Amino acid sequence: MDNFRTLPELKPGESGVIIDIQGGSGLVRHLESLGVRVGKRVTKISAQFWRGPQVIKIDNIQIALGFGMSRKVYVEIKK
Amino acid sequence: MGNPNVGKSAIFSRLTGVKVIISNYPGTTIEFTQGYLKLGEEKVQVLDVPGTYTLEPLTKAEEIACLMLKKGDLVINIVDATNLERNLYLTLQLLEKNIPVIAALNMWDDTKHRGIEIDVKKLEKLLDIPVVPTCGLTGEGIHRLIDRFKEAKISALKLASDKERWEEIGKIVGEVQKLHHRHHTFLETLEDLSIKPLSGIPIALGVIYVSFKIIRFIGEGLIGNVFEPIFENLWLPLMTKLSQFLGQSGFLHGILIGHLIEGEIDFGMSFGLLTTGLFVPIAMVLPYIFSFYLVLGLLEDWGYLPRLAVLADNIMHRLGLHGYAIVPMILGLGCNVPGALATRLLVGRREKFIAATLMAIAVPCMAQIAMIVGLVGKRGGQYVAVVFLTLVLLWFILGGILHRILKGESPELILEIPPYRRPQILAVIKKLWMRTYAFLVSAVPYVLLGILIANILYTLKVIDLLAKLSSPILSGLWGLPSEAISALLIGFLRKDVAVGMLGPLNLTTKQLVVGSTILAIYFPCVATFVVLIRELGIKDTLKSTIIMIIVALLVGGLLNLILPNV
Repeated sequence: MDNFRTLPELKPGESGVIIDIQGGSGLVRHLESLGVRVGKRVTKISAQFWRGPQVIKIDNIQIALGFGMSRKVYVEIKK
Repeated sequence: MGNPNVGKSAIFSRLTGVKVIISNYPGTTIEFTQGYLKLGEEKVQVLDVPGTYTLEPLTKAEEIACLMLKKGDLVINIVDATNLERNLYLTLQLLEKNIPVIAALNMWDDTKHRGIEIDVKKLEKLLDIPVVPTCGLTGEGIHRLIDRFKEAKISALKLASDKERWEEIGKIVGEVQKLHHRHHTFLETLEDLSIKPLSGIPIALGVIYVSFKIIRFIGEGLIGNVFEPIFENLWLPLMTKLSQFLGQSGFLHGILIGHLIEGEIDFGMSFGLLTTGLFVPIAMVLPYIFSFYLVLGLLEDWGYLPRLAVLADNIMHRLGLHGYAIVPMILGLGCNVPGALATRLLVGRREKFIAATLMAIAVPCMAQIAMIVGLVGKRGGQYVAVVFLTLVLLWFILGGILHRILKGESPELILEIPPYRRPQILAVIKKLWMRTYAFLVSAVPYVLLGILIANILYTLKVIDLLAKLSSPILSGLWGLPSEAISALLIGFLRKDVAVGMLGPLNLTTKQLVVGSTILAIYFPCVATFVVLIRELGIKDTLKSTIIMIIVALLVGGLLNLILPNV
């Protein structure tokens, strides 16, 4: 199970594939419309201090997600 | 229609020739704009709408976009070619609407150096609508887009669920797009640096510091080297002649030239239409408007604002807002009207209320800032600092209080961060011109009106009466001469004139600081007020107004108590 992390647990520069988004359908749809969805490869760019927003990159887009939201996104790291 | 920040406004501007503000951040357009395009003999109406990711709107701006969809006979779907996959979701939703669609693959020029290759022919076939590569900023492909309007059609592609849509998108993208690997460019390295906290925060502080330095440098330079000399050397002799011609006093002299200060015209204090009425907007405010919007335009087009929003998110959470609420604040620094409009980018009623109230109270517009710098600055830079420090503190404290007492939580940030783009000089100049021009045509008449009304009120002795009535607050609480009520009155119309009206009152430095601060806080100008009512509704605007008045009473009183007498 070590390979499963939430977005805040990823280190900057690490990447993986989104395997689950645990949230209400509203949140999931909103994230999906931005390109954050299950099956996509995601790279973490940075995390702001004090539980700040997490910046990730999917395809060519950088997206900032609030800390609470980003904790609901689970990523599998493929070695 | 299209996703945010894909260049809808740039294409719209190319199609219709209508000038609209174009920037590199999601949410530049928050209202719809209409323009006309000549198609052969026919004149067709074109609408530019705010960006949206889906047809299920979350913010007011997105709602406007979705409402407009019902009015169209033809949808031009602007697709960011560098983000095909995500953009296609909205495209598929549009195709399901039984309305003819044509797609513009915008930012086509960007695909090449991003290593993206798209098979347009195949995409056309799969989507079953015409697809035209375009570049809104340079105008490439626009003619082809117009030529192919008639080919737009209702696509046969219909999908029922989200799952099907994403599967279809996956299939389409897999077939038409090839990605080539390439090295990080310089801009991308810079992008990463400015979003990592350790390097990003110093960069942000540096950017803010340099921005203010440049704004001051250009603003002061223009005033000292261009506008003041013009007024002193060319306009003053003319006005002096006119003053003598009018006999140096009388009603008409009072209105046009104003009072003579020690026998001479003083552009800052005479308060005639042709003296102060022109000097304030043109020689004191315009230079700062110009320099502010020049710097803002560069930052906007560069793509810096969303990054600042991410870095500021933490702080903004303590005020019940999220990072993107800095956009209304920054726009508010230019003019509170677009600032108030930009609260449309925010989702909830609570955050809109907090953002609008904070902006109206603690974010003075550039016209007012210029006047405070000009007037208070004469007494010493440290006094200007007192005014702005008070406002900054107030912004934090009031935000913290509102966050505590209003039910609800700070919403979380979800924000797409656009790539850095080198600002196009022509586009920056165009935008700067639009904003400066808007100031000239909308502000100058109101400044003149404000001065005219002030003169009439004085002549009719209305001010004396009001001064008597308001003296308990003005003199008792704030320590100002009660004639300062005239500035508060005119402040409803124009804040810059109001600050200017403190000039002839012979105030002590302390009184000037207190007066300028109160003028920033107590009430928004009427133009902002109207927008607030529209955006917040009457009830919330009233609440917000009550807060403003209470805060003005408290802060004015407090400053009067604690500031030393100077």
